[in-house]
Amino acid sequence: MIADIIINSLINGSTYAMLAIGFSLIFGVARIVNIAHTAFYMVAAYCIYFATHKLGLPPVVGMLGGVVVATCLGLITYKIFIDPIREHEAAVLIATIALAMALQEVMLIVFTGDYLSVPALVSGYFSITGVKIFYQHLITFVAVLLILVILRAFLTKTRLGLAVRCTAQDREVANLMGMNESRVALITVGISVALAGFTGAVIAPLTIVEPFMWLHPLIMMMAVVVLGGLGSIKGSFIAAYMLGFAEALVVFLIPMGAFLKGSVALSIMIIVLLIRPEGLFGVVFEEER
Amino acid sequence: MHLIWYQLRKFVNVVRTELLVLPSRLVVFLFILVLLLLPLFTSDPYLLRILIQASIFAIFAASWDLLSGFTGQMSFGHALFFGVGAYGAAMLNLRLGIPPIGSIPLGALAAVLAGLIVGIPCLRLRGTYLALTTLAFPIIIIGLVYAFSDITGGELGISGLQRIARSRVANYYIVVSVMLVLVTIIWKITDSHTGIIFHAIREDEVAVRAAGINTTRYKLLAFCLSGFFAGIAGGLYAHFMRIAGPSTLIPSMSFQVVIWSVFGGVVTIWGPVGAVFILFPLLELFRLWPEYRMLMFAFVILLILLYMPQGLLPWIRDRIENECPRCKIRNIATRASCRVCDAQMQ
Repeated sequence: MIADIIINSLINGSTYAMLAIGFSLIFGVARIVNIAHTAFYMVAAYCIYFATHKLGLPPVVGMLGGVVVATCLGLITYKIFIDPIREHEAAVLIATIALAMALQEVMLIVFTGDYLSVPALVSGYFSITGVKIFYQHLITFVAVLLILVILRAFLTKTRLGLAVRCTAQDREVANLMGMNESRVALITVGISVALAGFTGAVIAPLTIVEPFMWLHPLIMMMAVVVLGGLGSIKGSFIAAYMLGFAEALVVFLIPMGAFLKGSVALSIMIIVLLIRPEGLFGVVFEEER
Repeated sequence: MHLIWYQLRKFVNVVRTELLVLPSRLVVFLFILVLLLLPLFTSDPYLLRILIQASIFAIFAASWDLLSGFTGQMSFGHALFFGVGAYGAAMLNLRLGIPPIGSIPLGALAAVLAGLIVGIPCLRLRGTYLALTTLAFPIIIIGLVYAFSDITGGELGISGLQRIARSRVANYYIVVSVMLVLVTIIWKITDSHTGIIFHAIREDEVAVRAAGINTTRYKLLAFCLSGFFAGIAGGLYAHFMRIAGPSTLIPSMSFQVVIWSVFGGVVTIWGPVGAVFILFPLLELFRLWPEYRMLMFAFVILLILLYMPQGLLPWIRDRIENECPRCKIRNIATRASCRVCDAQMQ
């Protein structure tokens, strides 16, 4: 029981952390509230299904393919639908909602609404003191940590990462300093969508693949972002594991917990916000005028 | 006799100088006229049903515009008010036997209470934080609905509510007139002193506070007002569909109202209302191709926004009307000079 709670919370927390970091990157740099973020996660999951079940390829190929397809799709849709109207925040907002709906409908048409499952990368399990741990769990967890370390190194150590952080702090000044703001935004969108795709690819074997699988992670991701503080990677990371742990606790300990898991996690978020309106690790920015 | 002639001439004069000078006013007038006279020509229950639903959602969209458009308190969880209104009305009607005329306003009061409960923690939040936080509230309520299914009916919801009126046409007239009255009230609110403060809070909250206005009170007022109107829409919906289920609380309901409002043009009130009356029948039309329905809907939204990012209806209005550069009065686009101050139009 305790082991189940820990494993579940680590897996859920890793998913939310990856999604939330991608989401806050894209929000920080391009000021886009990307509702379609988790829709790309769904696309990647479906890509694996398509590659393994329809084409008979090994899961690893499906995984890489899923990340590539999701990233390309993200960049193309950004260029076509979002980039021309970036000045109008409200329009961008519903454009991303419409995009998420469109992706969901395409998946519904192509793959129908059936609940699908995807084979694990490495099947089997090992046990520590009588607790079964699937290799897939381990792979997911390690992969997420690895990606987050790489992302952190990219943001703090490289010139491009510096540009991304500068643009997030102040778009206009970054532009004046000679950074190509729209190209930085494009690259950030690419990284962010790739993160979403990667999350979908590693988590797909552990969940059910269906066209509405993006809704619950979307809500939890937003809660994580708010709880951790917008634009704070450390905050998102800690908040994600907090909410993942809360969810797992509720599911395992409270009767009817599966219904209440979202409620409890979101209530925690609201209680924290009452005490710290800028989130756990958020920085209070001067109001933009 | 003379008096009648005088009044008649005065009326014709008002129509000629106030109504016919601007195409947008004429369109609104014709829209209301068609809406009120339609049952005289057709009593097709399907058509009336679509228009009733569109009217209910028009109230809902206008209430979102009051809170998020005018006051700038971006709400992603507007389904909360709608759902609380619907569930409130349903429970009052079924458990206590209160007729719709009482249960709908009381349900709306429950939604106002929800507005207060949401509003207080959200007062210190701003912009995107606020939007993402409000999204959480209806989800919390959904969790409670599922968990306490013996009270709320769980996944099936509460069904078997009393009808608003016996016949479809009577239903239609009640809902449409409630919609017209409420939307007019919302529009008048945005035009009043309070509405100006709402505007100012959106533009620059710090400046409003510096002017000695208690912004906290006004923001809470906006939450309550918006919650009230959305609650009435929810109650009407519950009584019209005769069921209040979790579908009134799901995130897509919240997203739907954002889509309608932004598509029609925010900060206008007439924009969201018009958008509902365009998009809702359009969505019904797409039922001809059931599998592609939502996909086509999403693409219509994406394409329209690509060319008219400030919304469809303001875009059209800017094409047929111009603002006088000197006195800021609107004129039909064909005029060469302003109808009031005779300044040259560019």
